[in-house]
Amino acid sequence: MAINQEVLDEMLLPYPDKVKKNRTKHIVRKNPEEGCQQIEANTRTVPGIISQRGCCYAGCKGVVIGPIKDMITITHGPVGCAYYSWGTRRNKARADDITPPEHIYGAMCFVTDMQEPDIVFGGEKKLAKMIDEVVEMFHPRAINVCATCPIGLIGDDLGAVTKKASEKHGIPVLAYNCEGYKGVSQSAGHHIANNVLMENVIGSGDAEKNPSEFVVNLLGEYNIGGDSWEIERILNDIGYRVQGVLTGDSSVEEMKNMHIANLNLVMCHRSINYIAEMMEEKYGIPWLKINFIGVEAIKKSLRDIAQVTGDETFIRKTEEVIAREEARVLPVIEHFRKICTGKTAFAFVGGSRSHHYQYLLRDLGMEVVVAGYEFAHRDDYEGRQVIPTIKTDADSKNIPELDIKPDPELYKEAHEHLNITKEKFDEICSRVPLGNYEGMYPDMNGGTLMIDDCNHYEAEQLVKDLKPDLFFAGVRDKYIAQKMGVPAKQLHSYDYSGPYAGFNGAMNFARDVANAMTTPAWKFITPPWEKESENTGDTNA
Amino acid sequence: MRQVAIYGKGGIGKSTTTQNTVAALASAGKKVMVVGCDPKADSTRLLLHGLCQKTVLDTLRDEGDDIELDDILKPGFGETLCVESGGPEPGVGCAGRGIITSINLLESLGAYTPNLDYVFYDVLGDVVCGGFAMPIREGKAEEIYIVASGELMALYAANNIAKGIQKYAENGKVRLGGIICNSRKVDNEYELLKAFAEEIGSQLIHFVPRDNLVQRAEINKKTVIDFDPESNQAQEYKKLANAIDTNTMFVKPKPMTQDRLEELMMQHGFLDAL
Repeated sequence: MAINQEVLDEMLLPYPDKVKKNRTKHIVRKNPEEGCQQIEANTRTVPGIISQRGCCYAGCKGVVIGPIKDMITITHGPVGCAYYSWGTRRNKARADDITPPEHIYGAMCFVTDMQEPDIVFGGEKKLAKMIDEVVEMFHPRAINVCATCPIGLIGDDLGAVTKKASEKHGIPVLAYNCEGYKGVSQSAGHHIANNVLMENVIGSGDAEKNPSEFVVNLLGEYNIGGDSWEIERILNDIGYRVQGVLTGDSSVEEMKNMHIANLNLVMCHRSINYIAEMMEEKYGIPWLKINFIGVEAIKKSLRDIAQVTGDETFIRKTEEVIAREEARVLPVIEHFRKICTGKTAFAFVGGSRSHHYQYLLRDLGMEVVVAGYEFAHRDDYEGRQVIPTIKTDADSKNIPELDIKPDPELYKEAHEHLNITKEKFDEICSRVPLGNYEGMYPDMNGGTLMIDDCNHYEAEQLVKDLKPDLFFAGVRDKYIAQKMGVPAKQLHSYDYSGPYAGFNGAMNFARDVANAMTTPAWKFITPPWEKESENTGDTNA
Repeated sequence: MRQVAIYGKGGIGKSTTTQNTVAALASAGKKVMVVGCDPKADSTRLLLHGLCQKTVLDTLRDEGDDIELDDILKPGFGETLCVESGGPEPGVGCAGRGIITSINLLESLGAYTPNLDYVFYDVLGDVVCGGFAMPIREGKAEEIYIVASGELMALYAANNIAKGIQKYAENGKVRLGGIICNSRKVDNEYELLKAFAEEIGSQLIHFVPRDNLVQRAEINKKTVIDFDPESNQAQEYKKLANAIDTNTMFVKPKPMTQDRLEELMMQHGFLDAL
C-alpha cells in the first residue's frame, strides 16, 4: 500500500513552521527510484511533543542490565523509578547448572527509596548501607547500582560508593551514571550499560575454550516471553554452544567468559552494537547481524552463521534443522496466514524491532505500511555505511566512548577465531554480511513510511487516515489504537504471550495476530447510542 | 505581617546585620520571627546566645514527619522566634531543596501566626538555585534588602541578586526595598553605594559604619543591641530598623550590565579617591 503525499501533508499541517521543519526530516516516504533517503534520528524531541521515547535510566536499567538474573540491580532514587522499570518487559529467567534458584533476583525490586531528607542530605550513606544489607541478605555474585535523575542533581558520587563497597565485600559492585535526563532517549542508557559491562564484566573470567566447540554469544536478545530460550534451542540443535546472552536469562558468570566465543551474533543492533564492536576491537571476535523473528529471517540467519563457520557439518545440520522445524510450523502458520494475508500494520518499537517484525508479518502475507523506531540512530534505518557521516552533537558527546585497545594476549584475527584461513574468510565475507547491518530501509516497500520518534498525535492521525489492521507499539499507544477500533499489540512485553522468536515463536505470533484481528470485540467499539453518527472514524467517545 | 528577605554576597555580614536589625525591631516592641536559610545554621546565634541546637531538617531526619512546632521554633532575644532550616554537610545532598522543605514544613505547622509583625529570612550567599529563591516565591517575602559594601565583588553579587528579584518581580509581588551598606571602609563607599542603589532604581536605605564593637558583641554571642544598647553602633542599627519599618519605596529593580557596573566603580570609587 503506497501512502500518498496528501496524507503526510495533512498530518504535518497543524504543526508550527519550526516543528514542521523538524518533523519533516524525521519522516521518509520510500521512493525506490532514489538511493537510500536520509532520515534524521537520535536528536532531541521537540519540547511539548508527547514522544514514545523512554529515558536514559530506562534504557540502562530497564533494557540492558535489568534482565541479568544473578546480579542484584539497585535503583538509587525514588521508588517510582524502580517500580515502573521492574518486570514490565517480561524478561524471563530460570535456574540452571551455573545459577541456582537462590541467585535469581528478577522477581524482586531493589531501590534506595530516596525520601526528601535523603535528597537534602545526600544519599551516599543510604546507598552504602543498602549495599551492605543486600550482600548480607542475598549474597549476590555482583551488584549493579543505577542512578536516577535526582541523584545526578544532588551529585551523589556513585563511583566512590561502589568502589568502596566492592573492596569491602569482594564482589563487583558496578555504578551506572544513567540519570534519566541524559541523552535524547533510552539509547544513551544502552550505551552507558554497554560501557560498564565491557569494562568490568566481559573478559574478566578465566574459562578455557574447548577447541572442539563452536561458541557463539547472542547479543541484544532480552528473552522477552522466552525468546532467547527458543533461539538457544535452535542453535543448540545445530550444534553451537551459546556462551552468553546479552542479557536475556544471562548470568554474570557466563558473561565474564564471553570473550572465548568464536562469533558474536547481534540481534538488536541498537542496544548492543557497542559491545559487539568493542569485543571486535579488543579480541578480534567478528560479529554477525542476525534476526530470529520470522521464518524466512531465521532461515537466512542460520544459513549465514553456518557459512561463517565454514564447516560442512554445521551447514548440513542447519538444513536438517530448518527442514524439521519448517515441516512442523509451516502448516500452522499457513492456517493463520489465510486470515492475515493482505492486511496492513504499523510498527513503532525499538531501535531494531520495527525492522525484525516486518519479516514475521511478511510470512503472514501482511505489509508494514508505517514503521518507526523510538530511539534508533540513522544507521539502524539507512545502514552502517552512513556512520561516518553522522554528526556528533552535544548529546552524543555526553556519553563517554571507551578507548579500547587490542588485548595483548587474547587478540586474534577474525579468521583465527573462526578457525579458517584468511582466504576462506575473505571469500565468506563476500557472501555473508559480517560486521554489517543494512538497516530497515532496504526492506521497506516503495511508498511506505519510515517515521523516526513518532509521537502520539502523528500515530493517531495516521491510524485515522490509513486504518491499519494491526498496530504494534508500547503500552502508552496500545489503548489509543484500540479505542479507535484497531487491534494493538505491545511489542515491548508481547502483552502476556511469547515467545515470538524462533520457529515456535513464529507460530505463536501468527496465532496471536490472527486472534487479535478476528476478535469480535472490534465490532462493538461504537456504543449503540452513537450508531447514527457513525462512520466518522472518530471513536474517541 | 511583613515578610522580609535579606540577601547579599557570602561573608558580607548578612546574619549580623539581620540579627541586629531584628533585635532593634524587637526592642521597639515588634514581634519578629527569623528564619535562617543557610546550611551552616548560624543565622540566629546572636539572638539565641549560642548556636541553634536542632535545625528543621535535622529534626525532620530524626523524628520523621511527626514534628511539633516547639521542636524547631526557639525563643530568642526580645521575644523573637528563631528557626534554622539547616542542611547537608558541604559537598553533599541538596541545600536548596532543604530550604524548600523546611519553609514548607514551617507553613504546614502553622508557624506564620497573625500576631507576628515581621518574618525575616536570612539567605545564604548568592541566589545559586531555585531553593535559595524559595523565600521570595509567591506568598513568601515581598520585601528584599540586599546587604553590600563598596567592594566590587559585593556589588557584583548585589547586581546578580537584583537580576533574580527582577525575574520574580515580573510575575509576583516581590520588590526590592533597598540596599544596606555594611561598610568595609572602602574609599568613597557611601557615594558609590548611593549611586549603585539609585542606578538600579532603589535606595541606600542605611549606611552601617564599621565598628569593632560588633565583633566584641559577636564573641559574646550577642547582638550590639543586646550587648551595649547605649553605644553608637546600637543607634545605627536602630536607625536601620526604623528605616525598614517606615520604608515605602518598593521597586522592581533594574540590574545593570557588568560593564556599566565597573564603570560606576571607576566613576565613584577610585577616580574620586585619586
